[in-house]
Amino acid sequence: MMANMISALNNALDLCLAENEDIVIMGEDVAKDGGVFRVTDGLLDKYGPTRVMNTPLAENSIIGTAIGMALGGLHPFPEIQFGGFSYQAFSQIMHHAARFRTRTRSKMPIPMVIRFPASGGVGGPEIHSESPEAIFSHIGSLVVIESSTPYDAKGLLIAASHLHDPVIFIEPTKLYRMFKQEIPEDRYEVPIGKANVVNHGDDMTIITYGTMSPVVQNAVKDKNVSADVIDLRTINPLDEKTILDSVKRTGKALIVHEDQKSFSVGAEVSALIAEKAMFDLKAPILRVAGFHTPIPMAGYENYWIPNEKRVSQAIDSLLSA
Amino acid sequence: MEKTVFNGSVKYIQVMDENGNIDKNLYPKDLADKDLIELYKYMSLGREMSDKLVALQRAGLMPTIVPIYGEEATQAGSAYALTKDDWLLPTFRQHLSLIIKGVSIYSIFLYFKGYEEGFNLGAVNNSGPEIAPVGAGIPHAAGVAFSLKYKKKPNVALTYVGDGGTSEGDFYEGMNFAGVNKVPLVTIIEDNEWAISVPRAQQTAAETLAQKAFAVGADAIQVDGNDVLAVYKATKDAIDSIKKGGRPYIIEALTYRMGMHTTADDPTKYRPESEVDPWKPKDPLIRMKKYLVSKKLWNDDMEAKMKEDHNKLLDDAMEKIKEFKPDPKSIFETAFGFMPDSLKEEEDEAVKNNFWQ
Repeated sequence: MMANMISALNNALDLCLAENEDIVIMGEDVAKDGGVFRVTDGLLDKYGPTRVMNTPLAENSIIGTAIGMALGGLHPFPEIQFGGFSYQAFSQIMHHAARFRTRTRSKMPIPMVIRFPASGGVGGPEIHSESPEAIFSHIGSLVVIESSTPYDAKGLLIAASHLHDPVIFIEPTKLYRMFKQEIPEDRYEVPIGKANVVNHGDDMTIITYGTMSPVVQNAVKDKNVSADVIDLRTINPLDEKTILDSVKRTGKALIVHEDQKSFSVGAEVSALIAEKAMFDLKAPILRVAGFHTPIPMAGYENYWIPNEKRVSQAIDSLLSA
Repeated sequence: MEKTVFNGSVKYIQVMDENGNIDKNLYPKDLADKDLIELYKYMSLGREMSDKLVALQRAGLMPTIVPIYGEEATQAGSAYALTKDDWLLPTFRQHLSLIIKGVSIYSIFLYFKGYEEGFNLGAVNNSGPEIAPVGAGIPHAAGVAFSLKYKKKPNVALTYVGDGGTSEGDFYEGMNFAGVNKVPLVTIIEDNEWAISVPRAQQTAAETLAQKAFAVGADAIQVDGNDVLAVYKATKDAIDSIKKGGRPYIIEALTYRMGMHTTADDPTKYRPESEVDPWKPKDPLIRMKKYLVSKKLWNDDMEAKMKEDHNKLLDDAMEKIKEFKPDPKSIFETAFGFMPDSLKEEEDEAVKNNFWQ
């Protein structure tokens, strides 16, 4: 089937609900409205209001009650309407979803897939453009996934539904309807914790994910540079092997993401390379990322979000290094 | 032994019915004829601003817009009861309340356009910027009210929340702080029956939202939120009660979101037009106009002149927006009250490498 990310996710959720009757979708506007981006469209009609359920408008208790449902034997799929609002659920995610397994020495795991759209670039209102992946990855004991294609989104969501751990499943708003792709209509999985090398080359390694993945791929194509482009797909746990194998071969690393540069996924990947591939490097590691401020509102977001020009400048700089 | 330890009840008031008939016992006597005209003009401005902003969004000249269709009386009646030194802390829909508090239409257009400078210009007349995460502003308002009490100022803080927002912990927690500290806070629940697609019945099984005041030691009243006089009276009475040493107040204004949640929303997906129809004759503007006409305070010429004036105000604001020059350096220079070296380096790199050209 030809699918954009919305229809791929919708199809994946349909297959998950069909496969496991303990799966319950819950969140603001997920039922009749089908979610504000229509990711859950049609699922209410097919599975009924106890499995596709509108909740009161309260993010922290959406996650809190989902934790209780998981303890009671269900496999909740809570949706937070926008990534920016995941911060209102932060306490339940950090203190409880992430800790339950380890504080009960695995007697009480929390199987749960927390989905939300995130990142900017679509001129959304304030607090609708945040990129929280580094914050959730930092906590530990949370699987953090961010897809950049319809194919990966579907396969990773199905894989996530089979984990017995809390998963933060991030859907880049900008990529929801950006392009369509042929994907299998049936069930398939994309492995969690495995990055995807989406372009192969010798002169440098570019590590990216989410909204910046298509930006990087365009820059590489437009500049006709021979580069490995690694789309992380899973942020936590990080696929260290794929990153290190490539960097050791190319000797140059550029990391590109939309989220702020400081204290970020890029900071973690840089540290990894510095710790484990330092002597294979022919040039300092470069990073292109958002500035170290909160992402501004729509009028300013294009000044803040990295673009192809910035990526190209960094590629030039590494080529001449 | 068994005894009843709490009894509560909530009053409902309507001053002006759908046909513009007045309940003389409840009529707020401090309102002069000129105030009535002004309230009507403000409500009309709110309506026309929604029309203008939605049209601009549909023409691709504005990002997502939050219209206020149907909720003009709730906003106008409450904001009109405030003095200049009272505080107004809005959620993301109270553009009309802000205008009445003295914020310019230009500011409101500017932040809809996506520029923080619109909020900056909003920091006048003790008004806060609009806030997207619902309910989050209630604790802020409780804190502002605390500071008013602390500084012994004779003013109140007034804030808003929707029916959906009352489900947030912040709503209860902020009101609870207000109750414990008996701070001068009035919270208007702008109950428009819909949180995007989620109807009020899916937010709470409570009969009223006003009764949530009992749980925090606040006073409460429910009003016809499409009756600007009832909203004004309830707000004024609440402020007077607080100034005499009374408890914080919750006013539940029953209104209806006549349009979309935002321009990104399509209400036909989840609510039939037949549900909206009964609310059409309850329009807050229709009844106020009927009343003004019956009192011979209003006529067609005045209506035409008002529309012309408002159109000019709205067009002028849009023209002024076109002249606004965003300064990307402001992203860095407003991050802290000082400039860290690391941030300065990012800013310098952006300038040096022409990131913004």
